[in-house]
Amino acid sequence: MQAVAVPPFERFYEEHRDAVFGLLVKRVGRQAAEDAFQETFFRALRAYPNLRHADHLRAWVLTIAERVSIDAFRRLRPAPEVPDLESVDERPAYQELLDLTSDLPPKERAAVILRYGYDLPYDLIGSALGSSTEAARQAASSGVRRLRQKELP
Amino acid sequence: MTLTPELDLRFREAAAAAGLVDVAYDVTDSPIGDLLVAATERGLCNISFDPDDAADRLARVFGRGVLRVPSRLDTVRRQLDEYFEGRREAFELEPDISLLPPFQQLVLHELAQVPYGRLTTYGALARRIGRPRAARAVGGALNRNPIPIVLPCHRVVGASGSLTGYAGGLHVKQRLLELEHALLTPPDS
Repeated sequence: MQAVAVPPFERFYEEHRDAVFGLLVKRVGRQAAEDAFQETFFRALRAYPNLRHADHLRAWVLTIAERVSIDAFRRLRPAPEVPDLESVDERPAYQELLDLTSDLPPKERAAVILRYGYDLPYDLIGSALGSSTEAARQAASSGVRRLRQKELP
Repeated sequence: MTLTPELDLRFREAAAAAGLVDVAYDVTDSPIGDLLVAATERGLCNISFDPDDAADRLARVFGRGVLRVPSRLDTVRRQLDEYFEGRREAFELEPDISLLPPFQQLVLHELAQVPYGRLTTYGALARRIGRPRAARAVGGALNRNPIPIVLPCHRVVGASGSLTGYAGGLHVKQRLLELEHALLTPPDS
């Protein structure tokens, strides 16, 4: 597959800012979405110089937004997560994984969701999580191991 | 749900303030048309008469971290406005030419010394940098001046006084020299 050149951050930002903001409003509400929006694109901008191709940028930034909203949600409400009714009728793969992986440590959970829910390569997962490619691979595989153990009687 | 302009600007400014932006830019209007203005953390790095595809062109030179951040260019915009209104003769802006080849940096440093309203020639600049036979190379370095107007390559003309060329077009060069009343004096030779 021919890797797509990574666009300047300005074009990436213009293309995805509305989708990111829309997702964050759904996840954490209009008020908290303002800070979460800034945090999402801060994380993206920090990781941006290290991206090696532009194949999954939409999925990548929405995943960062999911991570940020999980963090924001925890801060707002340490209680159990409330099901998101709006997205029940179109449950994407990552949504299923969000439920399945709720007991995993945060980093492993994120790595599993990014790998198997979004089909992202490990270098992008690493940059989304702020860790190396290898650490992302290890987090995903130990997350999967943990899930398997859980399923065994 | 679309993003509000306020939140959009808030992110842009915060990203620049956090030092996460390689190059901040904006497009500003002027009597000679829209100008792209861009700055790194070190200083003003680009003025272009052609703002199209600005982000892509800046990214090729300065890295992917390109973001439009209007507030970062406020000082530049204000000084350019004053210049075009005839109220400013010297710019107080730090140029960032650190990525350019050493010879071009040398030429541009010397160019910056050419005063408002005065003309000089490629040969005269070549002599001033101690390379009297490099007039042609000086011309090449000026052709690729990344910060026209502020680094005044419009004040450099051919030995005969002809305007030769200009990135923004000869009519722009003529216009800038008229603004500075520079055409009334012969070039330094």
